[in-house]
Amino acid sequence: MLILQCPYCGVMADETELHAGGEAHIKRFGPGSSDEEFEGYMFGRENPKGVHFERWRHVNGCGKWFHAARDTNTMEVFGTYTAQTSTPPEDLLAQIRDKRPGFKWREFS
Amino acid sequence: MSEPVLPLGGASYSGLVTVSEHGPIGQVTFRGDLSSEAVKAAIKDVTGRDVPGLREVSGDGDTCVIWMSPDELLLICGYAEAGGLVDALTEKLAGEHVLAVNVSDARAAFRLKGKHVREVLGKLAPVDLDPAVFTPGMVRRTRLAQVAAGFWLLDQETAQVFCFRSVSEYMFNLLKTVSDPQSAVGYYSA
Ligand SMILES: [Zn+2]
Repeated sequence: MLILQCPYCGVMADETELHAGGEAHIKRFGPGSSDEEFEGYMFGRENPKGVHFERWRHVNGCGKWFHAARDTNTMEVFGTYTAQTSTPPEDLLAQIRDKRPGFKWREFS
Repeated sequence: MSEPVLPLGGASYSGLVTVSEHGPIGQVTFRGDLSSEAVKAAIKDVTGRDVPGLREVSGDGDTCVIWMSPDELLLICGYAEAGGLVDALTEKLAGEHVLAVNVSDARAAFRLKGKHVREVLGKLAPVDLDPAVFTPGMVRRTRLAQVAAGFWLLDQETAQVFCFRSVSEYMFNLLKTVSDPQSAVGYYSA
């Protein structure tokens, strides 16, 4: 079972305490954007076999949204981090580069 | 003020542990920056309790402050005192970005008593209740079977469980089921 540590309350929460919130770090394109930008925002999603960044909510717990980085193939969890960021923290990216040399996910590598 | 009405009229059950609906109790939701000196001082002044640390409860079972999230506390007091507590906090923290609301009737509370208390909770929640890990004074918001709930230990044999009023009947039936005298597992208590 997937177990993620909530960065807000510190609990090692198993999947049954969590709610999946889809892909992380999606940039919103609204009024005034091009059709391509809006389409990408609305429908374009990554579907990697490997490193992935997601949003989760500790719904049966402290209630907070947070981010998680994991491997969709091996289920290894690289780490979790707060929702108050639009990019993964550098130390987490370094750790992932170390474990998955050459990984690329959207603009992060 | 109208008379308080308990969700289940004070239901109780006796099995592996005694399960009794607790209350009426005063409950105040407080939201704000818990690291702010003004907030800490106001909570202390109004409740007599310190702002609890991460996943902790400060105080005893009947008047206490519960850590709910990094920006939320639940203040437990006498049912009739909740309104005054809200007024006092609102006045003391005027100008601060905070919120205090009387939610006394929003949640149901249950007291579980008996040496099997860890075992009973352990059947319902994905939480390690080992005595070395979960100790009196800690609070855990989680789920019990299918509904969101929270609990803390008042002492080694007493727990208080809280959940939304709308699921109080489900919760009571759940607690009764796992407290069935025939259902002892003996994992936490031989
Ligand atoms: Zn949490």
